[in-house]
Amino acid sequence: MAKPRKPTVSSRRTAASRRTVLLVATRKGAWIFRGDGARRAWTADGPHFLGHVVHHLVLDPRDGRTLLAAARTGHLGPTIFRSTDLGRRWKEAARPPAFPKVPEGERGRAVDHTFWLTPGHASEPGAWYAGTSPHGLFRSADGGVTWEPVTGLNDAPTFRAWMGGPQDGTPDGPKLHSIIVDPRDPAHLYVGMSSGGVHESTDRGASWAPLVKGLEVVEGLDPSNIAFHDPHVVRQSPADPDRLFQQNHCGIYRLDRPSAEWVRIGKRMPRSVGDIGFPIVVHPRERDAAWVFPMDGTSVWPRTAPDGRPAAYVTRDAGRTWRRLDRGLPREQAWWTVKRQAMTRDDRAPVGLYVGTTSGEVWASRDEGERWACVARNLPEIYALETGEPSR
Amino acid sequence: MKVIVPSMLQSYTGAREVTAEGGTLGAVLLDLDRRHPGLRFRVVDEQDRIRPHVRFFVNGELVSDLGRALAPEDVVQIVQALSGG
Repeated sequence: MAKPRKPTVSSRRTAASRRTVLLVATRKGAWIFRGDGARRAWTADGPHFLGHVVHHLVLDPRDGRTLLAAARTGHLGPTIFRSTDLGRRWKEAARPPAFPKVPEGERGRAVDHTFWLTPGHASEPGAWYAGTSPHGLFRSADGGVTWEPVTGLNDAPTFRAWMGGPQDGTPDGPKLHSIIVDPRDPAHLYVGMSSGGVHESTDRGASWAPLVKGLEVVEGLDPSNIAFHDPHVVRQSPADPDRLFQQNHCGIYRLDRPSAEWVRIGKRMPRSVGDIGFPIVVHPRERDAAWVFPMDGTSVWPRTAPDGRPAAYVTRDAGRTWRRLDRGLPREQAWWTVKRQAMTRDDRAPVGLYVGTTSGEVWASRDEGERWACVARNLPEIYALETGEPSR
Repeated sequence: MKVIVPSMLQSYTGAREVTAEGGTLGAVLLDLDRRHPGLRFRVVDEQDRIRPHVRFFVNGELVSDLGRALAPEDVVQIVQALSGG
């Protein structure tokens, strides 16, 4: 573990009043790491749900107390656990996300696992969205106790075709992810499907339209076929909700609405590193700033840190230039894989960044990626990191 | 009738042996879910398919049909075919 560094002036100023929790979802359970005011010391609370596959653990920013966990086990079906006291007690959803039962003789869909959780709009307390594998979008209006399918997406015939089958998704199945609720309008939604493209709704999910123009697909495939598009993660800029950033299977992109054409900003990444990866993180206050964590996308796609030297890259000019951030990270022989949900940030100043590896380490930076330190190791395979600020 | 549940479902039942009623295996599972909410969906999906790695035995006999008729003296055992690391 790296030696703690002296806190900055800004972190000293906020130390008394702000606390960050880091929510770690893994293949074998979940942990809540509680940071001190300076984000220097982290106390582990867990495991929660030891042995359960936890795909996502999210704190409701509207109350600072409610946690939702998307869980299953290797042998039991999927469910959602809910806590209203920051993980002291958990209660299972009364009706977890599930597809409607089909008539006898038809082959109906069944949720294998819930992959993604997004709290609803600030004006709609209790609203949550869930993305599942196989592809499905679900909504809760009661804080995650009961869930209903969003039929405008799940059952639309064109979308059913684009969703493909199990062979069209990730090695762990197709994933509906990156559920984004526009902070200016609760009816305005985006989702990503791996594979199956990026899609937008302006009517609360009743209808959807693809948003894939400008995105590349694997060489030899037809980009006009929506099914071939594989967004790994899409993030909306809090500083400018008309701006989206995307880490795609085929590069890093930016979209400035009302334009509907993505621009591949990853072309400006160093050629030796490339612009393949899983996560992308967007600055909470600067519209031009975003971070990625590249993975090796050459030859057979190892999806490990290029050359065994992990690094984040930051752009502060909307993708025109990128800068390597690796101070404090291992210099060699570190063959990390960082999944799409396993890099996140907090809202503090300077912004804290957090990276979780499939080898069970959490690395953090308190200064927007300039310096990194390992804050946890020996955890199970990390699927997702989220941060939050608990209410007092 | 007596239902024997595996360790990973005992967070629902609080015990290895519980009772439930019903004229079929499916009806017994619905009654189990009424008594122990959430249990059924962990072992049977929304299309009423038995989940992978889950097996039901009635009096020691493997049963994969939720419509299988049961008598009150039957013993149902839920088994999880554990695998993987």
